[in-house]
Amino acid sequence: MSLAKRIIPCLDIDKGRVVKGVKFLEIQDAGDPVEIARRYDQQGADELVFLDITASNEDRGTLMEVVEKVAGEVFIPLTVGGGVRSLPDVRRLLSAGADKVSINTAAISNPEFVAEAAYRYGSQCIVVALDVKNAARKDEEPRYEIFTHGGRKSTGIEAIGWAQKLVELGAGEVLLTSMDRDGTKSGFDIKLTRAVSDAVAVPVIASGGVGDLDDLYNGLVDGRADAVLAASIFHFGTYTIQQAKNYLADRGVVVRDATIR
Amino acid sequence: MATVGIIDYGMGNLHSIAKALRYVASDEQIEVSFDPDALARMDRLVLPGVGAIGHCMDELHRLELDAMLGEVLGQKPLMGVCLGIEALMAHSEESGGVDCLGAFPGNTVKFAEPDAQPDGTRRKIPHMGWNQVRQERHHPLWKDIAPDSWFYFVHSYHVVPDEARHIAGTTQYGVQFASVILRENTFAVQFHPEKSQSAGLQLLANFLEWNGQAY
Repeated sequence: MSLAKRIIPCLDIDKGRVVKGVKFLEIQDAGDPVEIARRYDQQGADELVFLDITASNEDRGTLMEVVEKVAGEVFIPLTVGGGVRSLPDVRRLLSAGADKVSINTAAISNPEFVAEAAYRYGSQCIVVALDVKNAARKDEEPRYEIFTHGGRKSTGIEAIGWAQKLVELGAGEVLLTSMDRDGTKSGFDIKLTRAVSDAVAVPVIASGGVGDLDDLYNGLVDGRADAVLAASIFHFGTYTIQQAKNYLADRGVVVRDATIR
Repeated sequence: MATVGIIDYGMGNLHSIAKALRYVASDEQIEVSFDPDALARMDRLVLPGVGAIGHCMDELHRLELDAMLGEVLGQKPLMGVCLGIEALMAHSEESGGVDCLGAFPGNTVKFAEPDAQPDGTRRKIPHMGWNQVRQERHHPLWKDIAPDSWFYFVHSYHVVPDEARHIAGTTQYGVQFASVILRENTFAVQFHPEKSQSAGLQLLANFLEWNGQAY
C-alpha cells in the first residue's frame, strides 16, 4: 500500500465548451464539459482540472454553472483556474463546488495573494500554476523562467526559486507547465519537472507535452512528478484513463485501481 | 424525516460534503448549520473541516459547539472528516499543542520529516492524493466497500489513538497510521469520503443507514 500517482485530465473551457488548441492556435471543440467530466470519472480519473480560457468576464458565469453541475455528480477533487485574482474569486469557485483553486498570473504579479488565499481557505485548496520556458540558448545550461500570457511574455523570474517561494507563502500544490512542450506531444520537460519536484515539499503536477503513455511514465518516474496532467490524448480518444493506468501499473507505478462496481 | 446536521464553524468548504451526502441520501434531510440548539436536535451529525486545529477549536468554542458536542457525543451517530478526526482526539500537537474534544484518548502528531528514499525521491508532506485503507475490523460502516479501497487524503498530521480497539482502518505513508477511528457511535475518517468516488459515496451511504451499533 502506498500513495498513488495521479492522472488528471485537463479541461480547457471557453464559453461553456471544452476546447483544445495547439500552442494557443487552432482551437478545436472537444465537447460538453459535464459529459466529458462524467466520462473521465467513470474511466477512473483521479482528479479533474478546469481552466477557464474565456477572454471576457461576462462568459465567466458559464464556468460557474459547469463547476456546479459537475460537482453535483462527480465526486473526485475538482481544481478550477483561470483569471483568479482576488479572495472573492476564490470564494466564488469554492462555493460553486471547486475543491482547489489554481492561481496563475496573480501568483506572479502579487505573490502575497497566494499567502492571503492560503491563510483564509487553507493551503490544501491553493494550487499555483507556473508557466515555464527555458530561456537559455541551445548550447547553455537550461535557465527556466516564468512566462505569462500563454507563454508570450517573459517575466525574467527564475522558476525554481519562485516555486519554492510560493510554497513557503502557502501554496499546497504546484501545477507546472512547460510552455516549450505544451501542445507539442513530445513529452514533458523532464529536467524542469524533476528540478521543481525535488525543490519543493508539496506535490507537483507535470503538464505540457504529453503525446503518448510513455510520456506519462517518464514524467512520474524520471520527472518525479506526483501527478500528470493531459488533455489531447484523452479528449480525442487516443487513450482512455484506464489504458493509461494499466500501462503505468504494468511498469510498476502505483495507480489507483478505479474499477467501477 | 431523518435529519443530518453538517456542523459549520467556518473551517473550509462544506459544499462538497453537503453535495455528496445529498447525492446518496434517500429521504434524509441534509442541513448545514452553526446553531448548537438546531444541531443538537438532528438525528446524526457530521463534523467536517480543513485548516489548523488551533483555530478550529477556538471557533468551536466561540460558537458554543464544543459544549453541544460534549453533550451529544455518544447519544447519536457522528462522523468526523479530515480536521474533524483531529478535533475528536483528546489532544493535538499542532498549533503549539491544543486540547481537543476528547472523544478518543490519544494525540495528533505531524508526519515525520521523511528520510531520503533509496531512489533519491522525497516523500511529500502533505500526504495528498489517493491511498488505500486497510479495514481493521468487520463493521457495518464497511458494508459493500472492498478491502484496501482507495480514498482521497490531504493532511500533514495524523491521529494516534491510545487504544488499538478504536482503530477501524489504517493507511501506509511512511508509517502505518490510523485513518479511520471508531468508538461506539462516533467515528471519524482522515480522508475525504466526499471526494473518494464510489468507495467514499458508499461510506457516506453506510453512515446514513448506520444505527450506531457494531455487528
